[in-house]
Parts: sequence; C-alpha cells; structure tokens
Amino acid sequence: MATLRDVKVGGSCTVAALTGTGALKRRIMDMGLTKGTQVFVRKVAPLGDPVELTVRGYELSIRKDEAASIEVVNVTRDE
Amino acid sequence: MAAITIGLAGNPNCGKTTLFNELTGSNGYVGNWPGVTVEKKQATWRANRDVTFVDLPGIYSLSPYTPEEVVSRDYIVGERPDAVINLVDVTNLERNLYLTTQLIEAGRPVVVGLNMCDLLKDRGDVIDTAALSERLGVPVVEVSALRNTNLDALVKKAVAAGQAGEVPAGARCFSPEVEDALGRIAQLISGSCDANLVRWYSVKVFERDAEAVKALHLSSAQLNQAEKIIKAVETSRDDDAESIITSDRYDWIASVMDACVRKAPKKLSMSERIDKVVTSRVLGLPIFVAVMFIVYYIAVSTVGDWGTVWANDQVFGEGWELFGVAIPSIPAVVEGWLAAAGASDMVSSLVLDGIVGGVGSVLGFVPQMLVLFMMLAFLEDCGYMSRVAFVMDRLFRRFGLSGKSFIPFLISSGCGVPGVMATKTIENEKDRRMTAMLTTMIPCGAKTPIIALVMGVLVGGADAWWVAPMFYFLGLAAIVVSALMLKKTSMFAGEPAPFVMELPDYHLPALKSWWLHVWERISAYLKKAATIIFAACVVVWFLSSFGFASWEGGDGSFGFLASLPGAPEYSADYSLLAIVAGAIAWIFAPLGADTWQATAASINALIAKENLVSTFATIFGLGEATEGDPVMWQAFAAMFTDGAGVMHAGAMCAFVAFNMLDAPCFAAIGTIRRQMDSPKWFWFAIGYQCVFAWCVGLIINQLWELFVLGNFGAWTVVAFVLLAGMIFQIARPMPKTEKADDKVLAQLA
Repeated sequence: MATLRDVKVGGSCTVAALTGTGALKRRIMDMGLTKGTQVFVRKVAPLGDPVELTVRGYELSIRKDEAASIEVVNVTRDE
Repeated sequence: MAAITIGLAGNPNCGKTTLFNELTGSNGYVGNWPGVTVEKKQATWRANRDVTFVDLPGIYSLSPYTPEEVVSRDYIVGERPDAVINLVDVTNLERNLYLTTQLIEAGRPVVVGLNMCDLLKDRGDVIDTAALSERLGVPVVEVSALRNTNLDALVKKAVAAGQAGEVPAGARCFSPEVEDALGRIAQLISGSCDANLVRWYSVKVFERDAEAVKALHLSSAQLNQAEKIIKAVETSRDDDAESIITSDRYDWIASVMDACVRKAPKKLSMSERIDKVVTSRVLGLPIFVAVMFIVYYIAVSTVGDWGTVWANDQVFGEGWELFGVAIPSIPAVVEGWLAAAGASDMVSSLVLDGIVGGVGSVLGFVPQMLVLFMMLAFLEDCGYMSRVAFVMDRLFRRFGLSGKSFIPFLISSGCGVPGVMATKTIENEKDRRMTAMLTTMIPCGAKTPIIALVMGVLVGGADAWWVAPMFYFLGLAAIVVSALMLKKTSMFAGEPAPFVMELPDYHLPALKSWWLHVWERISAYLKKAATIIFAACVVVWFLSSFGFASWEGGDGSFGFLASLPGAPEYSADYSLLAIVAGAIAWIFAPLGADTWQATAASINALIAKENLVSTFATIFGLGEATEGDPVMWQAFAAMFTDGAGVMHAGAMCAFVAFNMLDAPCFAAIGTIRRQMDSPKWFWFAIGYQCVFAWCVGLIINQLWELFVLGNFGAWTVVAFVLLAGMIFQIARPMPKTEKADDKVLAQLA
C-alpha cells in the first residue's frame, strides 16, 4: 500500500492506517492524522527532509521516515 | 474568599504565555517541574491575590509520552487544581479542541477561553459560542489575551466553577460501541478511584495507559475482564484501542465544527504567502543563512559587543561619559565608599577583587544578552523558529540533535550563557539536555584572548588566518564527537524523538509579550545565576588571597597575604590557590601541563575564561601584559619548554584545548545548573565536559610527543586506548534499552 512518503509535493491523500507503534504513533494521531483524515503535501524542506503537510486546517511538519508509517489511499495530484 | 488555584492549559502557540502575563503581571515564580527541564510558572492574579495561576506547559494531548504531557496530567489529576482554564486558539480550533476533549474528562471544573476571535472575524468565519459550550458541557468565553478583552470574565467564571466544584460530565464523544465499553469499564473500576475520575480512568484503562492502570491497583480479575471488553471492540473495529479513542475524538470534533463554526471560503493567507518564499527549496537555505548572519552580526559582532565593551571597560572599568558628564566606574565608586568607610585592605580586596570584579564580569554580559534575547524572542514569537528546525533538522539529527540546536551553538560563539539559555526553545527534552551540555564547547568571546595567546606563540604575531578557525573547528568537532558518543549512552539512548512539529502561522509579535519574553529570561539569569556566581567568586577570591607566609623571612603564619609582614609584591605563589593547584597538578601530567601555575590559571579561568591570560601575567610577574605582548608569548612558551630546551607544543595545545572544552565559566555553569534543574544532570554535564576535555588534551599531547618528538610511554598507550574507545563508542550499534517511553515514566515515578 502507498504511504504518505510516496505522495509527491502538491499531492493530496486520505489516511488509511498507521503502522507505527508507541509514542510516535500516538503523537502522529494526537496531531490529527487519524484514519480518514485528508492530507495535503505542501512542501519538502530545502535539504530534502522533513515534509510539510496541511492537516485539519493547519501546517504540520513530519520526517519522511515517519511519513512512511502512514498508509494512505485516494492519492491525487493537483497540478 | 478561600484561596483558589487555577491551572492554565492549552496547545503550544495558543497565546497562553500572553494570557498568564496579562493575568498576573508576571509577578510570580519561575522554576522547573521536579526532575524535568520543563518550565513551571506560578503567580497570583492581579485583581485578587487569593487566586493563583499555574501555567502548564503547552501540550497537544494528555498522552503519557512526553515529559510536558506527563507533568500536566499529573498536576491536573494528581494535584487537583480548583479549576482549569483551557485556552483555545480559534484559528486552529479543530486541533485545539482535541486537548479540550481530554481536559473535560480529567475530573476538574474546566472553563474554555476562545482566544484570537478577532483574527477569526477578519477571516470571515463565525463561531456559535453557545452551541459549543453546550456540546462541551463547560462554560465558553470569547477572549483576546493580547488585547486583554474579557479576561476578567474568564477568570471569574473559572473561580465560580472552582468554588462550586462543578466537574464536567465529559462529552460523550465516542462511538456508541466504545461508549458502551467505557460504561462497562467504569462499573468495573468505580470503587478504585475518586468518583470524579471514573470517566478519565475508564478511557485510560481502555487505552491501556500503563501509568493510569498502575495507579488504580486493579486486581488481575478486573484487568482480565477489562481486557476482554477492549479486545471485543478492537476486533469489531479492526484497530487498536488507542487509535480508536483518538479517531473517535477527532470525528466527534469534526461534527462539532460542522455544527458550531461557519467558515468563509478560504483564501491564501499572508502567512502562507510568506512561507512560500521563506522555506522554499531554492530560497530556504539562503534566507536561513541570512537570518542567522543578521542575528550573529547584531548580537555578537556589533550592538551586543558594544554593550559588553561598554559594560566591561566603562561601567566596570575606567568610567564613562554621558552627554559630557563624567560618570565614574562602579569599582571606582565602590572603592571610594570603602575608603570613606575606612575599610581594611582585606575587606576592600574582598569587595573589589572578589565580588565587584567577579560578579561584574558576569553582569558585563547583560547588555549583549539583552540584544540577543530580543532577537531570539522575536524569531520565536513571529514563528520563524520552528522553520529553523524545519530547515536544519536533516543535518542535525545525524548527530542525535535537533534542528533547533543550531541556534544555541551559534549564540555560544558569542557567549555561552545566552547559548545555554537558548536551549529553552528545543521541545524535546533529550535534545535540550544534550545541547545544553555541549554548546559551551564552541569558543566564546572570552576565549578569544586565549586563542590570541596561542597564535602569538605559534606564529609570533604573524597574520595566521588558520589559527582561530582551527579552534572553532575543534569546538565543532568536540560537539559532533560528543553527541555521537552520548547518544549511545544509557542517558540518551533510544529511538530519535519523533519530529512531528506544528508550523504556526507567521505573525508580528506584540510589543508587550515580546518584551515580557525577554525580561523573563534576563531576570531569571540575574536572579538565579548571580547567586551561584557570587558564592563561587568569593571562594576563588579567598583561595587566591589567603595563604601561609612561607617566603624567605616569613613566619609561616596563615592570613590575608597582602597584609602579612614582608609579603612579596606577587604573593600569589604562597596562596591557598597555589597549594591546592600544586596538589592537583599531577592530574594534568599526561597532558604535559602539570605546573601549579597552569592549574591555578585553569581554576581562575572558571570566573571568566579570559582570566587565564591575566593569571599568567600575574604569576609570571608581567603585571598588565596582555595576550598581544611578545613577552607574554615567551613566558607562556617557556612553561612548556623542558630543561633540554625542547618546546612541547603538543602540551601547550593540550592545555589550551582542555581550557576550551572543560567546564565553562561560573556564569555559564550557573546557567547550566538552572537549565538542567537537577543535580544529577548538572553534575553529569560538568563532569562530562571536564573528563572529555582531559581526554582530548591527553590524546593531543601524547600523539604529538610520539609523532613529532618520538617519545613513547605508558600514557601513549592510554591515548590510543582512549582514541579507540571513542571510535568504538561512535561506531557501535545503538544499544538495546528499555523503551524510551517507559523510561520517562520510570524517571517521573
């Protein structure tokens, strides 16, 4: 299944599942990335990591390694 | 009215600090929560001193994972304030309400303050406060912390709620299936906890929150039954309990948002437009470099430096002029008072050399810190600081540090005191501690005379561009090596902290909150650091001015050296400092610098690093000679030249490297103590710095002796063993430790 890591800048998707565990998983969910949440990948940092997302109307930054633990569906790309 | 305590809770960046300052006039006490480097602020209400506010750390959730969250929930559930004010940023309502749904379950009266409603109106959004209040089951008040609107109403509601003890029932925010399971768990545990906390603990047991379960002391039969209930829901939802709870909360909030908020069509906001440029792939790094250069240039090279020079050379030096009126320096004024009062030589020496001299060298940094804090507070308040972490994270996490560690390092090249204080902006506790430990290894302004002295010896005053950068490189290398080693020790080991960070909207900071931010830090430095520095200065003064009259013709009596009969002009040789330094100088034998003079200079350098040079000038009998004097270079080089006339440059470099990397001056040590706020961590930091500096010095000296001078001995073997040990520590795989989360809990327990 595709993960958030694979979504290109400018793309949107819906969270399907979280594969992480413990503190990391809880933190990601606490910040509003729960099952069914719409996510827009806004940009990548100048050094290539982390990425900036728009979630629930605010800007959130997570590392690509962490993005890889978020499985997504309905990936779309708006040009 | 009986005394009432109100906890202030809310997300980071929700305006809580501004609210706290508006309510209290920041008259209170600033410290840390026990055992963690999380700040604790407490103060009374301006309008009624019977009301005390406790500012909880900014948090997103009451999960058991970060120290901030743990102290908050322990406070609310354990210490039970009379009421909790939950400040909510309405421009980011959906995520802010997530914490609210947890707070209203925590068994305390809650009042919600909707902050920044003015911004919401500008955006064209409308919020139905009454409907929101009804859904949450707690009073909701629209406020503006910045403009001080409705704050009194908010507090009065909280006081009333606290006096009445109306504990909210907690919104029924979970799906029917989960609510049913929670109901059954509630029956199971109802006898084990306070009636007000049944809802809280039901949810916690459902989430399998280890700490909460432990606090309930459930029997294994109860636990088994609870487990059965949880498992059933997990199977039917095909998800784990913690995720189910979180998802349900957010789903419920989404429904509340639909019902209570009418959003205007979204436009590209100013903040988004700024950020498009500021953190873009192409311009992100150049803008970052430019911002850092400006901070460094103003705080370290120009305005801040003028301030320090003014404070050190004029206020504490030769006096100064204001609009043509000569103002004498503080030491001159104090000297006058002492003379007028007829103080003895000893009292004058204590006050002038010990206290005014020592504390003055510390106060001399205040203007520079002021400038620096003004700029840092601006960067923080306007929202750029989190972008710094966003831009630099990739580079720094390789060393087990955070992107935000960059700022303390940069500032430490000016002064370690604000450098250590700047670590406050790092959210993660491990990163914060590690950065505070390592940041003073960067050569600060006070270390430049030492560099100049070595430069004089090595190249005789020629313009050698490579010497100064070499020392900065040494500092950077020491930090990187230390970070790589430390992150695999039991104190720092574990998975890197998740970097899940909000990037708040940019906004222009309000003058008032900006200044409060600056003042809070400066005054904390003055209050806390000054006490320890004061004591340390007196001790060092005592050691260097008292001793035994053991010179030729002396009677061997103990006393204040300068007053003893027949004391030579430079009596330092006979001081307690000389005796102590002589007794411990053997420690530095492997570094090739085992003279008592070198040790005494290192001890004096703890007052201020530039004292290293002036101590040598005094000990060598060179009076006021400075680091730029060729006589100084010769005398310094002579100390490292053996009987056969061979100059041991390795020993000199080892000695200087030790003094660059070891425990910093008392001002910085005091700041580290305040920042760590834990004796264990404080001594670990200072101990590590000294031991590491000693090892580096030893390796430099022994390798130089072996490869340049061809001397081989037992210490050469030690040098190789140490080097191999460092390489092993860096290269070995991450040791297996208990899970980081358990550790945090264990530490707090």
